[in-house]
Amino acid sequence: MIRSITRQKSEQEIDHLLAELGRLFIIGCGTCTTLTRTGGEPEVRAMKGRLIDQGRLVTGDVVLPVACDNLTQEALKEYGQQIGQADVLLIMTCAFGVQTIASQLKKMVIPALDTLFIGKENGIGTFDEICTQCGTCILGETGGICPVTSCHKGLVNGPCGGTNNGKCEIDPEKDCAWTLIYNRLKELGRLDSMRTLQKPRNHQGEPSPGKFKF
Amino acid sequence: MVSLFKQALESGKFVVTSEVAPPKGINLEKMHHHIELLKDKVDAMNVTDHQSSVMRFPSLGGVLLVKEMGGEPILQMTCRDRNRLALQADLLFAASKGINNVLCLTGDSVLLGDHEEAKGVFDLDSSQLLAAIRRLEKGKDLGGNDLDGRLAFCAGAIVTPEANPIEPQLIKFEKKIEAGAEFIQTQAVYDLDNFKKFMDYARQFPVKILAGIILLTSAPMARFMNKNVAGVNVPQELIDEMASAPKGRALEKGIEIAGRMIKRIRDERMCDGTHIMAIGREELVPDIISAAGLTSDPPLPLRHHDIENK
Repeated sequence: MIRSITRQKSEQEIDHLLAELGRLFIIGCGTCTTLTRTGGEPEVRAMKGRLIDQGRLVTGDVVLPVACDNLTQEALKEYGQQIGQADVLLIMTCAFGVQTIASQLKKMVIPALDTLFIGKENGIGTFDEICTQCGTCILGETGGICPVTSCHKGLVNGPCGGTNNGKCEIDPEKDCAWTLIYNRLKELGRLDSMRTLQKPRNHQGEPSPGKFKF
Repeated sequence: MVSLFKQALESGKFVVTSEVAPPKGINLEKMHHHIELLKDKVDAMNVTDHQSSVMRFPSLGGVLLVKEMGGEPILQMTCRDRNRLALQADLLFAASKGINNVLCLTGDSVLLGDHEEAKGVFDLDSSQLLAAIRRLEKGKDLGGNDLDGRLAFCAGAIVTPEANPIEPQLIKFEKKIEAGAEFIQTQAVYDLDNFKKFMDYARQFPVKILAGIILLTSAPMARFMNKNVAGVNVPQELIDEMASAPKGRALEKGIEIAGRMIKRIRDERMCDGTHIMAIGREELVPDIISAAGLTSDPPLPLRHHDIENK
């Protein structure tokens, strides 16, 4: 299942964003940020405790089932009074949730998390970015591994000179996408696919901002 | 105008190239000094392009200086900082100034440099940049539009013969040749028996290969490269040899080793030439060339002014 992967901002940045805003309502999410332990019940509780210790007034808090769902407005109705008393909403969901809530409540929002990528859980507590929704899918030529996403430079014609023992030049924890692709294509007997000189990518497959209607 | 470097490559002589690095700032004295020292000693000199993603005076400005001083420049171009419009525009500008040697590189990640929050572009990769050059030469840009005026480049790329795993690297190498690379400057090689194996394979392709030699300046520097530079592998015996140098004489030892390696590459006709990288110690390149016994190479039959006078 795809997940929105987030990381909590530093306490210093959150405190700076909150500045003189004294009264807050905190919102977490029961889906992705619960899974990544960045905005579930324990994290919301910890945030609330820290802010109360600072002398701020927390008018209430809630962990919504799915913050990015359009039904979020309904779920927040029963908290109307507490939300009304708050100067600002401190939101511990991904940016999809932040924007959904902001559009529904017409209230200033402050994100407590940074949204890193849309990822896939590949092991307990391990999430990888495997698709960047580029709009021009080339998985058919790369054995089903996306170099646009999995290669730090998004290269489509093979590895750069920084590849080292199958790892990326920016981080020995990250695999070199082109070593993975090479191994996969070799296993499939389709290295010819890697030998094809790929043209420059179309970076405007879906010009940003994306929009879709049926 | 045919590039002097291209003539050297085609002459069958053992070609020697080196590098000069533009400064951090606009004080060009040191680069000026290096160009002066090297211009009559090497067949061409690369001007590096924000090497290691460190922002510097541009390679395009550097090649103009080399040219102005009577040297033969190779413009290094990475795909890290410019999209396809900017890359093509810089190639047009270079051609208009008589800069006609280009080395196409992907470029290091910005995370390795001194502007870590910058956007890495990589709109094209090194093989696509080579293909773009060949297209410009045919009078068309990447958008398929006609260009006014003819241009021609001697275009090259790099390969890492010691990459691990090597197979994906070799596929990329072949694609670079297919895309139009005429010459290849390799990443540093130290194990020449390994390099010979690489050349046994590479010989089948219509491309000139210059073996990369990085000057060893000390045993710790060699160990540092082994640990931190992808595709560089200094064998233990060379590290021991560097360590055996008397105090204060390591640099001399490094020059001796570099000279010895180049001599062997040339004597055994392993490849078409050498690319000497003396990272930060460019003033020592003439000493390396002497140590390799390369001074006997006859100069090229023609210089630019001879061609222009015809």
